[in-house]
Amino acid sequence: MANLKELSKNPERVTGGHRLCAGCGAGIVARQTLIAAGNTPVVLTSATGCLEVSTTVFPYTAWKTPFFHSAFENSAATCSGIETAYRSLKKQGKISDDIRFIAFGGDGGTYDIGLQSLSGAMERGHRMLYICYNNEAYMNTGIQRSGATPLGAHTTTAPAGKARQGKEQHRKNLTEIMIAHGIPYVAQAYVGNWNDYITKVQKALSVDGPSFINIFTPCRLGWNYKPEDTMPLARLAVETCVWPSYEVENGVYKINVTPKEKKPVTEFLKPQGRFKHLFKPENAHIIEAIQKEVDMKWELLQRKASAGCQA
Amino acid sequence: MIKTVYPKGKIAAKTGNEVMAEAMRQIEPDVVAAYPITPATEIVQIFSQFVADGIVKSEYVAVESEHSAMSATIAASAAGARAMTGTSSQGLALMWEMLYIASGLRLPIVMAEVNRALSAPINIHGDQSDTMGARDSGWIQIYSENSQEAYDNMIQATKIAEKAKLPTLVTTDGFIISHCMEVVETYPDADVKAFVGEYKPERYLLDIKKPYTLGSIDLQDYYFEHRYQLAQAMKDSQNVILEVAKDFEKTFGRKYDMYEKYKLDDAELAIVVIGSTAGTAKVVVDALREKGVKAGLLKIRVYRPFPAEMIAKDLANVKAIAVMDRADSCSGTFAPVYSDVVAALYSAGFTVPKVVNYVYGLGGREINTEHITQVYDTLGKIASGKEKPFAGIEYINVRIK
Repeated sequence: MANLKELSKNPERVTGGHRLCAGCGAGIVARQTLIAAGNTPVVLTSATGCLEVSTTVFPYTAWKTPFFHSAFENSAATCSGIETAYRSLKKQGKISDDIRFIAFGGDGGTYDIGLQSLSGAMERGHRMLYICYNNEAYMNTGIQRSGATPLGAHTTTAPAGKARQGKEQHRKNLTEIMIAHGIPYVAQAYVGNWNDYITKVQKALSVDGPSFINIFTPCRLGWNYKPEDTMPLARLAVETCVWPSYEVENGVYKINVTPKEKKPVTEFLKPQGRFKHLFKPENAHIIEAIQKEVDMKWELLQRKASAGCQA
Repeated sequence: MIKTVYPKGKIAAKTGNEVMAEAMRQIEPDVVAAYPITPATEIVQIFSQFVADGIVKSEYVAVESEHSAMSATIAASAAGARAMTGTSSQGLALMWEMLYIASGLRLPIVMAEVNRALSAPINIHGDQSDTMGARDSGWIQIYSENSQEAYDNMIQATKIAEKAKLPTLVTTDGFIISHCMEVVETYPDADVKAFVGEYKPERYLLDIKKPYTLGSIDLQDYYFEHRYQLAQAMKDSQNVILEVAKDFEKTFGRKYDMYEKYKLDDAELAIVVIGSTAGTAKVVVDALREKGVKAGLLKIRVYRPFPAEMIAKDLANVKAIAVMDRADSCSGTFAPVYSDVVAALYSAGFTVPKVVNYVYGLGGREINTEHITQVYDTLGKIASGKEKPFAGIEYINVRIK
């Protein structure tokens, strides 16, 4: 459990003045990640995306710690290359610092185009933390559907129209895919609970091997809501069990945040423009399908957690 | 009895792949990240055995694709490591996006490349389509005629890349060199290490006391300058390559240049070629010389940067030239090396030589002394005015119709 007073003493290694939108969840993820790392030296990599382009407009940078970007689909492979260089140079006595490695990627760069690179890096066992800041679509290119986009959401490549009502498929469960890799630490987190997230980052950085965090990161532009609602909206995702906060540590499931009262999914869907069309009477069946899917997944997760289930 | 050129050299029978791996063992990079692909697989297979046996300090990353191989190599290099990889054909094609990033970030990566045809149709044999496809990617490209050159080129490449701050690839022709057992002279480990020297990057990501951002977004106000600097670096690298060659000759006794002139100085007919076919062509040149034909050869060793001015001067007085490309650009006109050679001549004001273009050996199709003799015969007819230079590309040893 993180202590706010102690955390406040940690250095700020991502500065303000970057060009992310007001209310952007990704900036919060970056800042809290580095606060969690405290004084530990970290080298960061990032997939091409909002976080990268908005923080590194040459000749400026928002990063006070080494930051490297090369392409879209390879944040994990890139981080693995740096981590390998570190092991090699350390073994030879050319580096003495104890350094940690963190790779960032959006859901496009993680669920879709970067999945192979991520899977490879996790399987190879590099000591690195991969953080997917998941805003459920390709936001940097203008809100296109990804493998993380949920059923019914309007995006510019799976739009709501006269004949179709947004994305016609459920999102894939990337967190479970990462759990299936058998790595020491996997977690789902969300923007809007600093304590939960920071604790997870600290746990992930402490394991001697690969770790993965999938953090639910609202995008005010792509989801179409008021910028000040980023955190409440992410909390609603947890309270409705649309996005449970849980972790799998050495194969054991644990739910980190259990809603006092499980709210209906409509409470999460309603404030967002991307789901507006679902509230037409003729689309009630889509909301029903979303609710059904959420209920089923939540039930399954609870069973895994209560059984102390091994992944 | 074969004698060594270098007094401390050792003669051994080795394949092209084996000598490339041997050079890598001696250079002992900090990181090698690679993915298997025929016919280059052996290089990294042998190298990973060196790692497994603990005889190199290098870390080997067995990545899940060539895209990740180049990504991890780039990252390791940016992190401050001396980093290498190896690939061929489809592997190089899959790396394509990252090749431009390696050069754009000015990272001195060295790649052991084995030339192989590109799909489709799938074919595992030697032609130079793969590296010709990467010719504008900002990588220094060094081609090898045989295993000895491949070994010597790998050693020089490390120094060239680090001095020029440009990624550098060294190639052999797939199977023809990569899998051919040849007599090669290798040098002692300590001497190779001393020649290559220690890698001391100016700025690197693991230097956490001097944090910096690499791979920024570069918009209308800076991108052009950075690309211009890259183009200049490539141009300037010619001097670096020649300097390293001079050092190499002084140290190990073998002479290297941007290209090799074989009986070219007084030649009336000349072939311009890259790679193993130069060896075959030299046999033909010797035979023609015995008959009194003034035949010569220009073998390009360094194709990027392209030594245009030097080549133009050396070809200026040749009456007829055949540029033989082992790749086709499917441009509807000419193949890549031809276009560069003609542009070099024309821009230098040399318009006398008649220059024709042949494409040969795609997918490993045989090219032998008879084919090359025919090329010289045609050049003879063109030089004497009996035949007009043909337009477009002539394809050697291909069934047409």
